[in-house]
Amino acid sequence: MSRIKTGLMWAAVVALTTVPLLWVGQGPLDEQGAAGELFEGADARAQQAISRIAPDYKPWFSPVLQPSSSEIASLLFALQAALGAGVIGYWLGASRTRAAAARGDGEAPATDTPATPPQP
Amino acid sequence: MHIMEGFLPFKHALAWTVASAPFLAWGLASAGRRLREHPQERMLLGVSAAFAFLLSALKLPSVTGSCSHPTGVGLGALLFGPAAMVPVGFVVLLFQALLLAHGGLTTLGANVFSMAIVGPFVAYGVFRLACGLRLSRSPAVFLAACLGDLATYCTTSLQLALAFPDPAGGVLLSFEKFAGIFALTQLPLAATEGLLTVLVVNAMAQFNARELQRMPVLALPRRALP
Repeated sequence: MSRIKTGLMWAAVVALTTVPLLWVGQGPLDEQGAAGELFEGADARAQQAISRIAPDYKPWFSPVLQPSSSEIASLLFALQAALGAGVIGYWLGASRTRAAAARGDGEAPATDTPATPPQP
Repeated sequence: MHIMEGFLPFKHALAWTVASAPFLAWGLASAGRRLREHPQERMLLGVSAAFAFLLSALKLPSVTGSCSHPTGVGLGALLFGPAAMVPVGFVVLLFQALLLAHGGLTTLGANVFSMAIVGPFVAYGVFRLACGLRLSRSPAVFLAACLGDLATYCTTSLQLALAFPDPAGGVLLSFEKFAGIFALTQLPLAATEGLLTVLVVNAMAQFNARELQRMPVLALPRRALP
């Protein structure tokens, strides 16, 4: 995979995320045509749809642990993402170092050429 | 795709839990056997789990004006087979249900079924099909991750439609409503997940070529060649 293709894919990821932010000005419309909150979670919207379809439904169990505020919730979500990103970062770093050592130059490789496995 | 705690009637919650349990047992056995045979693959299984952790924590804005998140389980399904991702998805969903009040224990079975079973199995199936059609690796990986992600959200819509059929239009109308919320929002996010999965697979093909040789992601396209 060439560097250009990799760059284009990253650009597409950024565009797919930022274009809605800039382009969409109002929340989704419900059946009555009223706009909902902008960029509300789809899970919460599904919950509202349930209460419209079955107004009498009462949830029969509540979460064991409720984050005490949205700040605490975002802290925990950030922690989850950081755990994932940390492991991926460790793997990438270790892999680059190993590939460089196998090539014998001690520097991280600057090109996208496949690493050669160490010769026995 | 998280069905909130208590938002599935008891019978539905129980049924989805019973349906998910054997897959979880199969997945644990499958992942365990794999790691005993090839302990050096532990790192890549860790990266697959980390990818699911990272992606399912990211709530991204979508063109519909609401937010949702990718699932990240397609990557692992292409490396270790779909069953191995069931326990991984289970851990992610359990973490979110216990600490984040996101999803729930009563809806864990249903959420595991959509995100950790349907998602990986569809991703794997699509990848096999794409390889059979001689698509090259990157488009095949993209389609697999993308459609696996969408399948998860369609499953959630179906689960909710079955539990809450519309009084007038029944399950079908209800499914339309929930799919309008979930699946439509998910379209650009599924593309994002597809692209990110291709990027990680490319990095793995560069750095872990030897391990990848015996994994579906490289073995299947090779087998499709004449």
